Amino acid sequence: MTQFIIRRLLQSIPTLIGASIIIFLIFAMAPGDYVTSQLQNPKMTEERAAQLRALYGLDKPLPQRYISWASGVLKGDLGDSLLFKKPVVRVINDFIWNSFILGVAIMFFEWLIASIIGIYSAIRQYSVFDTIATLLVFILYSLPSFFLGLVMLKVFAVDLKWFPLGGMITTGSNYTGWAHIVDVSKHMVLPVATLTLISVGGLSRYFRANMLEVIKQDYIRTARAKGLKERTVIFKHALRNALLPLITLFTLELPSLFAGAMITERIFNWPGIGKVVLEGIYIRDYPLFLGYTMLITVLTILANILADVLYGVADPRVRLK
Amino acid sequence: MDQVNVNQPLDYKKKNNLKKAPSIWRDAFHRFLKNKYAILGLVILTFMFLFSFVGPYFSPYLDAKIDVSKGNQPPSAEHWLGTDNLGRDVLLRLMLAGRISLTIGIAATLIIVLIGGMLGSIAGYYGGWLDVIIMRLADIIYAMPGLPILIMLGAIMSDLKIPPPQRIYYVMFILGFISWVGLARLIRSQILSLKEQEFMLATEVLGLRDSKKIIKHLFPNVLPTVIVSATLGVAGAILSESALSFLGLGVIPPTPSWGYMLSAANNMIDFAKRPWLWIPPGVAIMLTVVAINFIGDALRDAFDPRQKI
Repeated sequence: MTQFIIRRLLQSIPTLIGASIIIFLIFAMAPGDYVTSQLQNPKMTEERAAQLRALYGLDKPLPQRYISWASGVLKGDLGDSLLFKKPVVRVINDFIWNSFILGVAIMFFEWLIASIIGIYSAIRQYSVFDTIATLLVFILYSLPSFFLGLVMLKVFAVDLKWFPLGGMITTGSNYTGWAHIVDVSKHMVLPVATLTLISVGGLSRYFRANMLEVIKQDYIRTARAKGLKERTVIFKHALRNALLPLITLFTLELPSLFAGAMITERIFNWPGIGKVVLEGIYIRDYPLFLGYTMLITVLTILANILADVLYGVADPRVRLK
Repeated sequence: MDQVNVNQPLDYKKKNNLKKAPSIWRDAFHRFLKNKYAILGLVILTFMFLFSFVGPYFSPYLDAKIDVSKGNQPPSAEHWLGTDNLGRDVLLRLMLAGRISLTIGIAATLIIVLIGGMLGSIAGYYGGWLDVIIMRLADIIYAMPGLPILIMLGAIMSDLKIPPPQRIYYVMFILGFISWVGLARLIRSQILSLKEQEFMLATEVLGLRDSKKIIKHLFPNVLPTVIVSATLGVAGAILSESALSFLGLGVIPPTPSWGYMLSAANNMIDFAKRPWLWIPPGVAIMLTVVAINFIGDALRDAFDPRQKI
């Protein structure tokens, strides 16, 4: 097992280097840098611009810039954010936890609702519930998240005024303790509902398909033949096996806890990492964007390895080699 | 009784030698037609195409000049979906935007099929170092987050000051470039397993050329996968394009796309007071994508009734 993990980690190094080169090249393609975007500023002279470029290392040739950037990344130095005028690592740390709160809530509701819909659809295949659920699921995963978000905002915040228009806390308030938690929760309802609805569709289809697959197996017939209660058959014998392939899906979803949802966070003005990075791109804050993209890439690669390991742990039939 | 004349070689080219077996295509077609969702999807999609490509010719506003005095009118008998801030008919704009969104969705998918299909078959068929390189590249692209890369490339297009009509082509290529990995992996794994089957050994024995083996014997077996993937891919491409254009980094005026029309909602007043500007394009995207997903799902069931997700 340890050997497997070590080998997978070593194998992922070239992938990471490759990804970093491609990502860096994409950013290097951009003709304008932060300094050019500041040239409209009357105080910015050509001299000052050249000085700034030298300061940020923007005047060096490409391979040299890549190496100095990459060696910085290895030391945990992602450069300075131009929007916030402080290290990218600190900016990410300041905002990522706001995204994390949102992400955890979404993941919780997504898996809860998807499992209920999926399991129930599977044990009552072709029932009215199954038909309606299938139709709803299709509609939900065909919606652009930003459109659903906008409709939610319009209906529940603008028209009905049930929930705040956006942000994380009521402006001008300084609640503490319980009142603060209630305030934040109120602000969370709409973004969490939007992203849960979008993602619940696909997942419930997986639950349904896996359950249907398992229910057909011989050992389920055996369990029924033994005279076990239907509840025991479904939840103890069927569900456990149906969950196996979902471990992979769950693990691969973990990076999204930290990635934030750029567009939805922006619509609901949620101060998460997604919104901040998206705002950064409009003023060409490339160090921030670059750092964020690399972070997500690393998390994705790690999640992939973790998925393989966990699957091996959970299912002894799979041999890790 | 049939007698085989050993001295006379079998004529492979003569089609009627063998009675045609019921093809998997006909089977699949029948299963497809029995699926109610598939028919519903086809109806909606046909409607969206007619709406976008033929609809504008029925609009009285096709040659209308911009008239700001008629701007921001709510839906009425003359303007079913109201007018925008420049007095343009929203219904007509919705149709014209549909042309862009549908075209980009389909073209991006063709690019995905081309890149993914080619790289996937090469990797699967030839194996060796080609396989290693292609699959490594696939791993790398798979590890990179899609939306941020898409947004970054959109921002670069703006910096390079690419004129709006050409941006449409760039958007297609960008979408194709970042989403070919899934299809390439799928095709590679299928070809790897097909290669081991007896009919491929038979082509070897017959001494067929590589190109003939791939095109006539491997490709038809992979085609169902490609068709299903491509159909669902169009839905994904339309959604990605709309997200990018919504952020103002995809298709930009004067050519609208549904995503761009939705960006009207970024203006607080338009968002709260003039929902006719941004709700119709959202509904159009939803209907189109639902229809495509219905069709794609039905195609998957039709080609492979065992695998149901």
